[in-house]
Formats: sequence, C-alpha cells, structure tokens
Amino acid sequence: MPAFVNQLPIGLSIGAVLLLIALGLTFTFGQMGVINMAHGSFIMAGAYTAYLIGDLLLALPAAFLVAGLMGLVLERAAIRHLYARPLDTLLLAWGVSLVLQQLARDLFGAPNVQVPAPAWLAGGIGILPYNRLFIMALAVAGVVAVWAYLTRTGLGRRTQAVVQNRRLAATSGIDTGRVDMLTFFIGSGLAGVAGVAVTLIGPVGPALGEVYIVDAFLVVVAGGLGQLRGAVLAAVGLGLLNSYAEFWSDASLAKVIVFAVIIAFLQIRPQGMFVLRSRVLT
Amino acid sequence: MLSVTGLESGYGRARVLFGVSLEVGPGQLVCVMGRNGVGKTTLLNTVMGVLPATAGTVTFDGRDVTRLKPHERVRLGMGYVPQGHQCFPQLSVLGNLLVTAEAAKQPRQVIDEALDVFPALGPLLKRSAGHLSGGQQQQLAMARALVTKPRMLILDEPTEGIQPSIILEIEAAIERLHASGLAVLLVEQYLDIALRLADTFVILDGGHVVRTGVADDLQQEEVRRLLAV
Repeated sequence: MPAFVNQLPIGLSIGAVLLLIALGLTFTFGQMGVINMAHGSFIMAGAYTAYLIGDLLLALPAAFLVAGLMGLVLERAAIRHLYARPLDTLLLAWGVSLVLQQLARDLFGAPNVQVPAPAWLAGGIGILPYNRLFIMALAVAGVVAVWAYLTRTGLGRRTQAVVQNRRLAATSGIDTGRVDMLTFFIGSGLAGVAGVAVTLIGPVGPALGEVYIVDAFLVVVAGGLGQLRGAVLAAVGLGLLNSYAEFWSDASLAKVIVFAVIIAFLQIRPQGMFVLRSRVLT
Repeated sequence: MLSVTGLESGYGRARVLFGVSLEVGPGQLVCVMGRNGVGKTTLLNTVMGVLPATAGTVTFDGRDVTRLKPHERVRLGMGYVPQGHQCFPQLSVLGNLLVTAEAAKQPRQVIDEALDVFPALGPLLKRSAGHLSGGQQQQLAMARALVTKPRMLILDEPTEGIQPSIILEIEAAIERLHASGLAVLLVEQYLDIALRLADTFVILDGGHVVRTGVADDLQQEEVRRLLAV
C-alpha cells in the first residue's frame, strides 16, 4: 500500500511534464495541424538553457524565449512554405530535430549533464517532494496561462479565429501569417518551459525530448485536437498509467500496456475525449 | 470605387475567369448573376485576394490592390461576406464581432452600430456562433463585415439556404446599407431580389461577362434565358 501511494506523485509529475509538452503541441499540432517533430528538440533546448543559466526561476523565461525563437525561425524559414503538405512538414521537422540533437552533442558533449535542483526545492511534504510539486504547479500555471491567452486576449481570439476558419479569418481582416508566427512562437516556447521542468526529475542529454515527445503526441490525440481540458485529463491519465504500469511490471512492458490502452481508447473514441462540435462542422 | 479589368483566375490549371471586367461606382449596388459554375464566387474570391489573379487588375478607390493580401484589402475598406454563412463556430457571437473589430483596428462602438442593423443578434451575443441557425449565422456574417467599417460590401449569395423570413430581413438590411451610401457588389441567385436591389447587373457565363445593364433589362427574354438552369 505505501508503495502504491508513493507512486502517485511520480505519476502525477510525469503527467504534469506531459501536460506542459502537450500544451505547446496544442498550439503547433492541435491548432495549426503541424506534426512538429522538432518539438522534442525545443524541450532539449529548454533543458540545456536551464543547465547554462543554473538558476531555475531565471531559466523559465529564458528557456521560453530560446525555444520560442527557435520555433519562430523554423516556422518562418521552412514550415510556412509547407502548410499544405503535412508529410513534408513532418519529415522536415524531424530532420531539423536530428540536426539540433547533433548540435547539442557538439556543444555540450554526448554524456548527460545534471542540473542541480535549487536548495529551496529539497525536501517535501510527506510523500510529495517539492521538486515534483513545483512541476505540477508549473503545469497548472501553464494551463491557466494558455486558457487566459486564448480566451481573454485579442491575440488569443485571433488565434482561435484562424484555427476555426482560416480563410474567413483572412477575409475578416486578420493577418493570418502573423498569427501563425506567434502561435508557433508560443507553442515552441512552452516546449522550452517543459524542458526546464524535466531537468528537475532527471539528467539532461541531447536526446532528452525524444523520450517524451511520443507520449505528448498521444496526450494531444487522446485528449482531442486543440482541446485544453482533453489535454489535461489525458496527460494526468497517461502519466499515472505510465508510472503504475512501470511499477507493476517493467519499463518496456509498461510502454506496451500504455500503447494498448490508447489504441483501445481510440477505437472507441477516434476523435479523442473532446471534439469540436457545431453546425458548421457537422 | 471598385474597378475590375481583364481579371483572370482559377484553381491550379483549371481556369475559371477569362478576362472579367466590371465597375462599381460609389454608392452603387451591382449584382453579379449567372448559373451555377460560371465563376461568380471565383470572381469575388479573386477580388478579395483569396485566390490570386493570374492576369488583370483590381482597383479599389483608385489604388491597385491586385497583389494585396485579403486582410490588407479588408483594412482598406472592402468588407467581404463569403458564401455559406460562415463563422468562427467556437467563439461566441460577441467574440466573432470582437475579433473582427480588433483585427480591423476599429473601436468597440462599431459593434453597437452593427447590432443596430441586425438587432436580432442582440440577445444571442453570448451564444456560441456554431450553434446559431443558418439565418442567424448569415446575419452574424454580415454584421462581422460591417464591423470592419467597410466603404464597400462584397456579398456572396447572402440568401442562399436561408429560411424565407430571414431572407426578408437580410434583403431589408442590404437595402438600408445601400441607401446609407455603401457601395455593394452582390452575387444573388434570386431574380426577384436582384430586381428589387440592383442598380446595375452583370451576367457571367463560362467565365466571361456576357451582359451588363440596368435592372429593367433583366426582364428581357434573352437575359432570362442566360439565367435559366
């Protein structure tokens, strides 16, 4: 029983990390339909930013900027020319992620590095270590910030408008190119923030993002494209499932179990937990 | 106000417009007519820049806008209501109006002015636009165009697939907007509505302008033949 309870914060914090990554994907994948395989590299870039800066609280905005700018450059330089060709975009972004991983290897060396957690995150409340609590708080803050951005700001409204009807947005006076650019910047920036969070629970290596990126895509698909509440539920669910499956079996069998559950779930609900429904779309 | 000369465009290799020219004077209501598939919607989409023109020019207010992006044309005063009562379905009615007003850099009071033209939207402001009826969505679409403070309205079949009671409201609104001095380029299928509203008309067939004239000419036998299915 105590082992079962001990597993809970681990599962929840993995869910929180997945949620942070999925929040970024909600922008680039959920909203814009770009399967951005480079998202994993932006997580890695955020983690190395934390490694270079050393201070956790400074690292958060810095990583957001670094990863966001990388995303911005990728979107402006390449992806925007390929919006009509999703498969090419996928390959391109994957290629970019390989280049970035190699770049990280050249800059920081192939072995993993450790980012020391700040002293004020040592210890915890009962079974809840502060560092995992911090990740969960960060994920909650991320969800609130994204929700507020999308529903309470003019830019967010414009983002929603472009997602829901791109052509109508353009003929309503919205500069869709600028909205795309900004959406990609924010989505990629959130990957950087997730990267900082990841440094609190493990070492940092060039392939860091690849560990999480597939699970994060699963979260977005299972939650329903572009759906915030779906992403929250799916992330927490997947995080818990992951950690308990790993606890009761082993790491590789756990992956099998997770994939089997997701496949079964998508058989029943191919659109994910939540679906956009309206007269226009039906 | 709007002058289109020798406009050609299409989809990929399929050409749809073969040198269309037309003129909309200040405060004038010009109705584009023709059977299905003759290029009416393609014409409006090209005028708005949704489709690129492969030849010809579009001039608005003496300014060549042929190469401008759609949102730039909207900001110059070209208000567009595309076909099929489109909206941003997940946004509220107010959200739909707000996002357009903000994009067009207009103050919030333009929303009240648009609601004066379409008072039926007033009680629906908090509703999700996707849950409105087709007629309500069409009124919202026109209100959204008004919020950009257009000097000209470009309407693509605003009465298509709309229940008759709301068609009358939409027709009345177009008439009122036209009377207030707004230039209008209208694509309309119903001959009786076109007859009541239009100052002049343009008939398209096979991507060419085959007839132009004033409303009275629409009564002619030959004109009716061009419009018959």
